[in-house]
Amino acid sequence: MALDFSFSEEHEELRATVRAFLQETSDEQAVRQHMASEPGYDSELWQQLAEQLGLAGLIIPEEHGGAGFGYVELLVVMEEMGRALLCAPFLGTSVLATNALLACADELTQKELLADIAAGRKLVSLAHAEANGRWDLAGVELRTQAAGDGFELSGSKRWVLDGHGADVLLVVARSDAGLELFRVDAGAKGLDRSLVPSLDLTRKLAHIELAATPARRVSSGDQTAALERVLALTCAALAAEQVGGAQMCLEMATEYAKTRLQFGRPIGSYQAIKHKCADMLVAVEFAKSAAYAACFAAANDEQDFQELAALAKSTCSEAYFHAAADNIQIHGGMGFTWEHPAHLYFKRAKASDLLFGDAAHHREVLAGLIGI
Amino acid sequence: MAEYRTMEEAELRQRTRALLDEVHPERTDSISFRRAQYEHGLAWVHFPEGHGGLGLSPKMNVVVHDEISKHSKVVHHDPPASIIGIGMGAPVVLTYGSEEMKRTLLQRIFSGEDIWCQLFSEPSAGSDVAGLATRAVRDGDDWILNGQKVWTTVAHLSKWGMLVARTNPDAAKHDGLSYFLLDMEAPGVEVRPLYQITGEAEFNEVFLTDVRIPHERMLGKEGQGWQVAITTLMNERVAIGGGGSKKKGGGATAQLLKLWQERQPGAVSASQEALLRDRVTQCYIDNELLRLTSQRARAAQSSGNPGPEGSVSKLAQAEINKRLWETAIDVMGADGLSFEEGYELRQAATHSGSAKALAKYQFLRSRANSIEGGTSEIMRNILGERVLGLPGEPRVDKNVPWKDVPRS
Repeated sequence: MALDFSFSEEHEELRATVRAFLQETSDEQAVRQHMASEPGYDSELWQQLAEQLGLAGLIIPEEHGGAGFGYVELLVVMEEMGRALLCAPFLGTSVLATNALLACADELTQKELLADIAAGRKLVSLAHAEANGRWDLAGVELRTQAAGDGFELSGSKRWVLDGHGADVLLVVARSDAGLELFRVDAGAKGLDRSLVPSLDLTRKLAHIELAATPARRVSSGDQTAALERVLALTCAALAAEQVGGAQMCLEMATEYAKTRLQFGRPIGSYQAIKHKCADMLVAVEFAKSAAYAACFAAANDEQDFQELAALAKSTCSEAYFHAAADNIQIHGGMGFTWEHPAHLYFKRAKASDLLFGDAAHHREVLAGLIGI
Repeated sequence: MAEYRTMEEAELRQRTRALLDEVHPERTDSISFRRAQYEHGLAWVHFPEGHGGLGLSPKMNVVVHDEISKHSKVVHHDPPASIIGIGMGAPVVLTYGSEEMKRTLLQRIFSGEDIWCQLFSEPSAGSDVAGLATRAVRDGDDWILNGQKVWTTVAHLSKWGMLVARTNPDAAKHDGLSYFLLDMEAPGVEVRPLYQITGEAEFNEVFLTDVRIPHERMLGKEGQGWQVAITTLMNERVAIGGGGSKKKGGGATAQLLKLWQERQPGAVSASQEALLRDRVTQCYIDNELLRLTSQRARAAQSSGNPGPEGSVSKLAQAEINKRLWETAIDVMGADGLSFEEGYELRQAATHSGSAKALAKYQFLRSRANSIEGGTSEIMRNILGERVLGLPGEPRVDKNVPWKDVPRS
């Protein structure tokens, strides 16, 4: 089926609202303040995003207290958040963990958590990656242990989004049934969490150690296929965020090239700079096509969605990184300073490239799906 | 903006059936049928009545085509050699030609009786086509032309050429040009095939030695040639259109994937194969991005908000296509050393060899993608200046008489 890529007037309104809100609340000064804080975000701002804009529960169905929107709305919001470099637990809680709850968790757990997520009352993090450095689900080694009527988990998880402050961790562990999802609450026995000093200051990551930690199983049967899809959905959303960041880098670079004078004329009049900007434009437009295709496919539940998600994550990771890198280069010495925001985008770009597997990883995934 | 009159679709279908009652494609040759189609105003319905049209919106042209296809197994499409005449020649005659020209030329363009070619580029004027040097000097009622044109498609088949020449070397370069209609059979016109990197000639060189053109075959006014040429070039952009395969993994990608599936097992190490696989996958991705981007451009166009997605395609497509065929050669490995088609110098023809032979031909042919119709460097200037709004380079040829501008 052909994707139509049409944004409705409502989508454009949503975009304008979110952009205006973030310009007001998440300007560069705010971003620098939030990224330097221990939680890594501003809880008051998160509350506003949840209550005033309904974003914390954007894709949570209305019966669970969410806004009940789909992936086209999510893509619009993610693009704007990426543009503003928003520091918030949105990707971890409202996209990744929310998708895991919707796809894998039992009704009771959905009831317990989704409404609180939507209201901005709880943060939930999915923990699947481990010390082996793999992003694919086959890399999950942590095994469940039966303990009386329930379960215990022992082992470690890595690179958990906002994991240091989350109220609830959803831990992916291996059993004889395959992969299952376990709930571990903050303060549980044997749970040790440490904030990772991260390359990208605007998104916090944690390492998790579990030592005979009591855990409640919240899924039934093997969740491998469902979790594959959860990760693909998250990659599609992240790709949209990358597009927003890349577009911002293009605008910053172009604007600077128009106003910075050297040898008596704007540096953007030199082809060396102009052509860099033109290549960036092509890469950003292609990245949009990829991210939009993946998110529209998610919204319409298209058969080739997972292919498109891999294609988008690969394309947008490279486009954002190159845009952020060229933005520094075009800004010259100024672009290398701490004072200038170019490095914040550069670090976010590389971190979101590596997160959930880099561009080459996703080309490998795509190659497998289409039989190359 | 042209104003069009309205007509019910049913009436247009009725008129098309009336044409089919008179001449039917299944029983009529292409030229006769298309002559009749022109007389009924159904050649291009957006042209005025009496000139092959009905003064309707160009959107209505599909109705005619649809009605013909519905009632005939045979459809006489635009002849391939007539693409330039139909796409660029007819609009320029309609806009700038005399009544006499419209009366004598338009029907023969549409029918395919007269082939047209375009004579703009010159050996010394490629990207900078407005710097062209072919001279036209007034002599009584005639102009006398001397110079050389290049990259002329179908010149060897053409009756008419659309030609731009310099009529005033003392004016700045854009201001000293005039636009002529050249009879390709006139004395002093010599057409030679231009053999390319592949050994084939898709194009020609055209040499002009003391060629006489009557003054009434000037289109537009003296010195107005650049504006007239722009009209023609704009129609070229529309005629060439946007990029990529229509189908997922189709077109060139499908050919690359076929070569990949049929690669020689064990020819390269596992790590070398992994590198190649990544490149093949990237080629697949790039071509999907082209396809998705032109879909997005169409969606933006129909919603009335065309963005930059249309302009990036030409540049991207050229680079992506070159990379695809480079990858195809590397997938073949040592087999890439042979060139089954051979390099015998000949006119371009359709290619029907094996997938490998075709890929080798494309490997060579695709070098032109980033040169023809605007080099990638010029495209980057256009994107940088017209889309991103970056300032232009300082121009040394501005407001300078053309004859004083240095050239190679």
